[in-house]
Amino acid sequence: MKKGSLNQISVGANFGINVIFIFLSLCCLIPFLLVLSVSLSSENAVIREGYRLIPTKFSLAAYRLLMRDISQIGRSYGVTIIVTIVGTLGSLMLTALYAYPLYRKDFPFRRFFSMFLFITMLFNGGLVPFYILYTQYLRLKDSILALIIPYLLNPFYAIVMRTFFSTTIPESLIESAKIDGAKEIYILRKIVFPLSLPVFATIGLFTTLVYWNDWFLSLIFISKSSNITIQYYMYKIIMNLQFLLSNPSISGTMAKAEIPGETARMAMAIIGIGPIVLAYPFFQRYFIKGLTIGAIKG
Amino acid sequence: MRSSIYTKNSLIENVIKYKELIIIMIPSILYLLINNYLPMAGVFIAFKDVNYSKGIFASKWVGLENFRYLFATKDALIITRNTVGYNFLFIILDIVIPVALALMLNEIRQRILPKIYQTTMLFPYFISMVIVSYLVFALLSHDKGMINRVILPIFNVEPIPWYNESKYWPFILTGVYIWKTAGYNTIIYLAALSGIDKQYYEAIAIDGGGKRKQILYVSLPFLRPVIIILSLLAIGRIFRSDFGLFFQVPLQSGSLFPVTNVIDTYVYRSLIKTNDLGMASAAGFYQAIVGFVLVLATNTIIRKIDKDSALF
Repeated sequence: MKKGSLNQISVGANFGINVIFIFLSLCCLIPFLLVLSVSLSSENAVIREGYRLIPTKFSLAAYRLLMRDISQIGRSYGVTIIVTIVGTLGSLMLTALYAYPLYRKDFPFRRFFSMFLFITMLFNGGLVPFYILYTQYLRLKDSILALIIPYLLNPFYAIVMRTFFSTTIPESLIESAKIDGAKEIYILRKIVFPLSLPVFATIGLFTTLVYWNDWFLSLIFISKSSNITIQYYMYKIIMNLQFLLSNPSISGTMAKAEIPGETARMAMAIIGIGPIVLAYPFFQRYFIKGLTIGAIKG
Repeated sequence: MRSSIYTKNSLIENVIKYKELIIIMIPSILYLLINNYLPMAGVFIAFKDVNYSKGIFASKWVGLENFRYLFATKDALIITRNTVGYNFLFIILDIVIPVALALMLNEIRQRILPKIYQTTMLFPYFISMVIVSYLVFALLSHDKGMINRVILPIFNVEPIPWYNESKYWPFILTGVYIWKTAGYNTIIYLAALSGIDKQYYEAIAIDGGGKRKQILYVSLPFLRPVIIILSLLAIGRIFRSDFGLFFQVPLQSGSLFPVTNVIDTYVYRSLIKTNDLGMASAAGFYQAIVGFVLVLATNTIIRKIDKDSALF
């Protein structure tokens, strides 16, 4: 018997497992293909035959229709992009600046500030006080800041980052820099940051996705359509449709004018997923690596 | 910190000595105080009759009245049952399905195929719940959905008005949840499996043990700590649900509320839709307190099993 084959499963079992995974992978892809197909079908064909996996009549009309609504889509896209960029950069900054002192073994307030962080993971005031704080006291209702601030510092990421620092940056390095008279800011910029690019990439990626996919903050804080994110705009479109479907009396008069057609709606979903689909092949490797960084606990 | 006592480093001296580090932390500390600690203190509004015009502090204390209203409705029971029920089911499935998938994926002979499957199955994890609601709608829409128009006719079944029939939704929501998260959890277990030294398997193989024995005596024992920690953490969060799943995917169809309303959606609707601050804050307080107790309890259990994995 060959050495490598000692512990391999049989060809039959291997085939069976592959069949199972091909089926599961298709289950993950088919809903996306369905939406893509509908968005590329002609409206009449969809009304006649329903949503089909392969367009019976190909058409780009849906995307042309959306181009007419480009001001709101563009606006929401812009809001999402600004929120994502500012949010991710701000979040990396706050997280790193909190994680670095926690990593320093000689910092006497290390335990105190670790607890200070932990408590926020354990206890959570819930939606109501949070909502009142942002609307009544910080007065951020309808402000784009309300879409950024709430996700700026995730305690879990601060712990992941501190763990990364302590496993990759030897303390002797920091000590010798201090002996040479370096300031903390200098150490951070010249030693800690350059050595921590992997963890920055991973946490930056996680945060980017959180901001990009967010509709919740728009839902509770924003009523002006000029400041909503693209995800929330999509939510409004599908809810308008659902409302009309469940109130047939209104739908007769309003349907044509107010809501995009079947195909345009699905085209909207494609426009919403687009950037993630395009970026996915590049970031999924980092993401999988990041899961292993997160698994190490220090 | 005995040495610091010995050198008589007082608090003030330490603050001066480490002022740079403290200054660096100030923005984050302020952030946590405002964003996290203030709302914690804010749970007391559950005991008030909040009137915005008077302000929170001047509003009248009403004791347990908000809670009396909340628990007098049958909603309290329904949302608790749904929240805990779904989460309990999710915790079990989050173990069984990803572990099974990871074990199978680990055995595939080819090198490239498992990577392709992983990448494909992880993809739904990155999609927002709004988009998921579109995907589900494309499948389940009454008059045009693929299930009603393409799949059911094959079996000669009449179209089903999915968004009005609550009996299907426990299965639909569970299916959507698994669809979205199984790929992610599988990767976590796969990472744990890849850390196992091949020699353990070979030892069993040499003794004539097949795959089943190897899984039973090597793989599962190695995965055990990961399984325990992940499930205990999930139990600690059993009173919190994935708001998007229960809010977006059923498209807020009223006839589905008996099986789709959870504490989080209830709090949201009381707060924003019906503007009933009393109910919302009472339900939120109930959720926060039970959640806190559960986290403490699970942490105590984790510490007994595996001290290093405990949160604190």
